[in-house]
Amino acid sequence: MKYRTPLAKARGLGAARSGTTRWWMERVTAAALIPLSYWLVKLVDLSATTPYAETRDWLAAPVNTVGVIAFVAAAFYHAALGLRVVIEDYVDREGSKIVLIWLVNLGAALLSLIALLAVFRTLQTG
Amino acid sequence: MAEFTLPKNSRVQKGKTHHAPAGVKNIRRFEIYRWDPETGDNPRIDVYELDAEHCGAMVLDAIIKIKNEVDSTLTFRRSCREGVCGSCAMNIDGKNTLACTKAIDSLPDTIRIFPLPHAQVVKDLVPDLNHLFAQYASIKPWIETQTPPPADSERLQSREDRAKLDGLYDCILCFCCSTSCPSYWWNSERYLGPAVLLQAYRWINDSRDENTGQRLDELEDPFKLYRCHTIMNCTDTCPKSLNPAKAIAEIKKLLLQRQEG
Repeated sequence: MKYRTPLAKARGLGAARSGTTRWWMERVTAAALIPLSYWLVKLVDLSATTPYAETRDWLAAPVNTVGVIAFVAAAFYHAALGLRVVIEDYVDREGSKIVLIWLVNLGAALLSLIALLAVFRTLQTG
Repeated sequence: MAEFTLPKNSRVQKGKTHHAPAGVKNIRRFEIYRWDPETGDNPRIDVYELDAEHCGAMVLDAIIKIKNEVDSTLTFRRSCREGVCGSCAMNIDGKNTLACTKAIDSLPDTIRIFPLPHAQVVKDLVPDLNHLFAQYASIKPWIETQTPPPADSERLQSREDRAKLDGLYDCILCFCCSTSCPSYWWNSERYLGPAVLLQAYRWINDSRDENTGQRLDELEDPFKLYRCHTIMNCTDTCPKSLNPAKAIAEIKKLLLQRQEG
C-alpha cells in the first residue's frame, strides 16, 4: 500500500454498481411495517389476554394469517438489512464483515421460517 | 472494528499557558491543540490569553495574533481571510468551521480550537487532506462530453439549468462537512463523504455534461455513496450554508429513478 498513489487508494476496487435495491428495500419495508405492526400488536394482545382457541380463530381468518405472515417477512427482511448496515459501518476486517453479514442473513431466514412454522402449526391445531 | 478511543500516543495532554500581559482588562482565552511530529511527544492543549481590545474580530485574527506576538511555533493554514479559499477550516468550539468567518464574539469566553476531526494531523491545526483531494479527483470534477463544442461559441446553458448549479458550485472544499460526518470517520477509505458527493452531484446536475450515466455508475456502491445515513452533520456544519445532505439524497433519487422509475 505504501507506494500506491492517493488516487489509486481513493479509487480502490471501484464501484460495486449495486446497493440501490438494498437501500430502497430498507425504506419500503420500513414503510410497510407501519401498517403491518397492527397484526403484531393485535396478536400479542390476544395471546396475552384471551384463551388459546380464540386467538387461533382470529389467526385463521385469511386477512389475519396474511397480515401476520407479511409482518414476519417484512420485519426479518428489514432487520437483516439494518444489521447489515451496522456491520458494514463498524466492522473493518473484510473477512469478518462477510461472515457476519451471512450469519445475519441466515439467522433472519431461519427465524422467519420458525415464525411461519409457528403460524401454520397454530392453524393446524384447529 | 471502528476505533472509539484514541491510541496512547494521540491522547491529549495539558500544555503551556501563555498569560496575558499584566493590566489587560478584556481577556479572551484560547485553548489550542498542539502537536509536533518532530518531538515524538503526545499532543497537548496550550492556553493563550489575548487582549481582546487589541485583536481583530475573527478567530483567524486571534490565531494570527498568537503566531505573530505570542508563539511563532503555532502552525495552521490560512490564505484568503474571507471564506473563499477553505484553508483555515478547523474545529472551533466543537464545530467545524472557517476561522476567518467565525466571529470571536459569537463564542464563549474560552474558545477551544482543534484540527478537523478524525483526520491525520500534519502539525498543530494542519490536517492531511491528501485522501480527500484524491477522492475529489476520483469523481472527475470536470465536464465530460462526446459532442465537440460548437465551432464559434461556448457550450450553451439555459438560465434555468445554470440555476441548478447554485448551492453546488459554491463549495470551497474546506472539508468541514466530510470531517464532521461519523460515517466518514468510520469508513473514509471507501465512503466518498459529503464534500465529494456534493461535487459529484454538481457534475451530474450540469446540463452540459454528457456522462451522467457513467457518473452514477461510479457512485452506485454500498460504500462510496450509501454510507450516508442522513446524519445531517454536513449540512449543519457547512460554513457556506450549503446542503450536502440534499445533494446526496438527489443522487440516490436519480439512481432509484434509473432503476425503478
